[in-house]
Amino acid sequence: MAQQSLLARALDSDIFYSFKRSPLIIISALVTLICILGAVFAPILAPHNPFDLASLNLLDAFTAPAWADSGKAQYLLGTDDQGRDVLSTIMYGARMSLLVGFLATMLAMILGVSLGLIAGYVGGKVDAFIMRVADIQLSFPAILIALLIDGVARVALPKDQHDTLALYVLVIAIAGSGWVRYARTVRGSTLVERNKEYVQAARVIGRSKIAIMFTHVLPNVLGPVLVLGTLHIGEAIITEATLSFLGVGVPPTQPSLGTLIRIGNDFLFSGEWWITVFPGTALVILVLAINLLGDWLRDALNPRLR
Amino acid sequence: MKFPVKLSALLVSSALAFTLAAGSASAKTLRWASQGDVLTMDPHSQNEGLNNTMSDHVYEPLLTRGKKLQLEPALALSWKAESPTVMRFKLRDKVTFHNGAPFTADDVVFSIQRALEKTSDFSAFMQGIEGAKKVDNLTVDIITKGPNPTLLDQLTEVRMMNKAWAEKHNAQRPQDFKNKEETFTARNANGTGPFVLKTREPDVKTVLVKNSNWWSKIEGDIDEVVYTPVKSDATRVAALLSGELDLVLDPPVQDLDRMKRDGNLKVLEGNENRTIFLNFDQGRNELLYANVKGKNPFKELKVRQAMAHAIDVTAIHKQIMRGLALPTGSMIAPQVRGYSKEFDNRWPLDVAKAKKLMAEAGYPQGFEVTLDCPNNRYINDEKICQALASMLAKIDIKIKLNAMPRSLYFPKIQTGDTSMYLLGWGVPTFDALYTLQSILRTKGQGGDGNWNFSGYSNAKLDAIVDKLKTEPDFTKRAALAKEALSLNLADVGHIPLHHQVIPWAMRKNVTAVHRADNRMHAKWVTLK
Repeated sequence: MAQQSLLARALDSDIFYSFKRSPLIIISALVTLICILGAVFAPILAPHNPFDLASLNLLDAFTAPAWADSGKAQYLLGTDDQGRDVLSTIMYGARMSLLVGFLATMLAMILGVSLGLIAGYVGGKVDAFIMRVADIQLSFPAILIALLIDGVARVALPKDQHDTLALYVLVIAIAGSGWVRYARTVRGSTLVERNKEYVQAARVIGRSKIAIMFTHVLPNVLGPVLVLGTLHIGEAIITEATLSFLGVGVPPTQPSLGTLIRIGNDFLFSGEWWITVFPGTALVILVLAINLLGDWLRDALNPRLR
Repeated sequence: MKFPVKLSALLVSSALAFTLAAGSASAKTLRWASQGDVLTMDPHSQNEGLNNTMSDHVYEPLLTRGKKLQLEPALALSWKAESPTVMRFKLRDKVTFHNGAPFTADDVVFSIQRALEKTSDFSAFMQGIEGAKKVDNLTVDIITKGPNPTLLDQLTEVRMMNKAWAEKHNAQRPQDFKNKEETFTARNANGTGPFVLKTREPDVKTVLVKNSNWWSKIEGDIDEVVYTPVKSDATRVAALLSGELDLVLDPPVQDLDRMKRDGNLKVLEGNENRTIFLNFDQGRNELLYANVKGKNPFKELKVRQAMAHAIDVTAIHKQIMRGLALPTGSMIAPQVRGYSKEFDNRWPLDVAKAKKLMAEAGYPQGFEVTLDCPNNRYINDEKICQALASMLAKIDIKIKLNAMPRSLYFPKIQTGDTSMYLLGWGVPTFDALYTLQSILRTKGQGGDGNWNFSGYSNAKLDAIVDKLKTEPDFTKRAALAKEALSLNLADVGHIPLHHQVIPWAMRKNVTAVHRADNRMHAKWVTLK
């Protein structure tokens, strides 16, 4: 057994077995993969570069999707009000959405796991303080906190730097509103783990608190965190889209899916539905696929559900 | 003994309930909206279309414009030239301000003086006016520096305030809006007009109620006016469709077809005398917001010509304005005295030639510059700027678009903190001098260049403008205006895009008077 390669071990695992058995999950995984590849390789794959202003032709604006009567073959999903190809803007937009989603989730995870570990392991006043902050934060909707962080950053940063820093501000805002769930989960698990023999053994041989926390306890509490993380990515993408839809997210020069939906929203009444419907559909499909994967991962990793 | 008390209480409360019910049944509220908010309630602080529209409800000038834009007496009953530099006005008797104070010659003298102050944004309307002198309580002389052929037109935009009220609230001079000053007059108002300011919440809503003591009769039947700024196009349309609003001043052009087809709505359309044009800093030796250091590309005539050749005004007209605009090469609209078709020429679209000009000017690689643009002032302003960015990108002028709401935009450009900006200019006096003096003339005293934030300067043009100020003969005036405008055209001092067409969308039961200066007035509105 020990001789088996990593790949063989993965293919032989319970998780892969449950993956193989569910066509829905295979489809979700494929869709997610396509979305990610399409987004990452947008500069190569996209039929047009919507950010190369010189290539835009205003006279091509409001072209309907290719299958409609007034459609043009080179614009598969039509064009928006400035003559940008909708398919290309979606690919570039998904890039921004996924980037923000991943970064925000990573940051929230790092923040939440560290604070949860410290709270659970150190206990006492530190624990009480961290968890009360978490409780207070839980009583606000996440979107409100993200808006608050974004609003403060907007005032604090000079306008010309805001555009370049908007991405990071957004990541911090979304992460800042999402770390609590990790902290709570990890703290709970840590409280259980800290009294187990292996932790006591590590303490007896004189390892430092930090070393025990991060090398002994952490690997044993990570399972649920991964599940939370997968589900959180979908949520972070939605939060980003909401903020961008409200006009406080990324600058319009680097639009995300939310920005695209907002731009298209102005043309819903006038019949140019494709400008907002396609980015909206892309957002739904992307988030749905990620969430299905997250749900599956949660079930697959839960021994009680097997 | 207790019984009568209870009974009377019952009577009072039922009477109260009755009046309340009756009040809500008969009180007619006009709920209207456009994309941005009124900047201030101070009548001399911001000379901006929507702001003047709101001021017109509360404050009144000596003369005003009627439904057909004709001059009509307002607070002045009659006027007569005493000498070439003195115009004597007889004031209307028994007019009171909203706080009950009577309107007198002192208020006129005070208001004229106030509009002449440094912080006044109405200096273009004070052009050639030296001051006012009280003759008696209801007679006042307005003294001009020389003969002033447009004096009466100018006075339609100079609104009268109560001297005692302004002094009491420490508002002897207009609010300094561009430096973000906050004054009592910015949120409170005390005029003589047909409507009284009830509440003002900036960026939320402004409520006016009918002035039952107004000196004239309100033709319409509106008791209350509620103005709400609604930034999002789709939300504004939805609110009108659902009946949450009665009138929208600036319905999005893409939705007009649908609105015209909707049985509950109607659309009034007309040409506005407002011209939308592009400005670029030609004054500084180095642009504030560009990657070119040590020189200013906009100072090169060839760069300006190249831009004019690269901007496809027809495409903007067709795609962004959906045909609802008058593409132009002229800085003034056809309704304005001094317009002539001859100089209404656009630089033909020719990207190849534009590129050649850029190379000849020494910018074969182009340059990068920031374009400041309002996003809730003119029809499709931000979209126009986006289109300009992609058109100029074709000749390698990389535009960084800085779009912002009007409350940030106007202070920014008014302090000259810009390298390139989009402006729309309406002409309330209906005379070319208003544009020539404020926009095209070199910055100087009073109204001279008071909205010229681009540093555009042409000495020959300045001389013509100064002649125009006192030239009484209208054929000579037209010739002078033509000469000035052709000089600007040759300089490519600005790039005009179009004159706005202003559709107003309203519920079927609303009747309103549509004017070319885009001023909606509730005194002419009826709700069936």
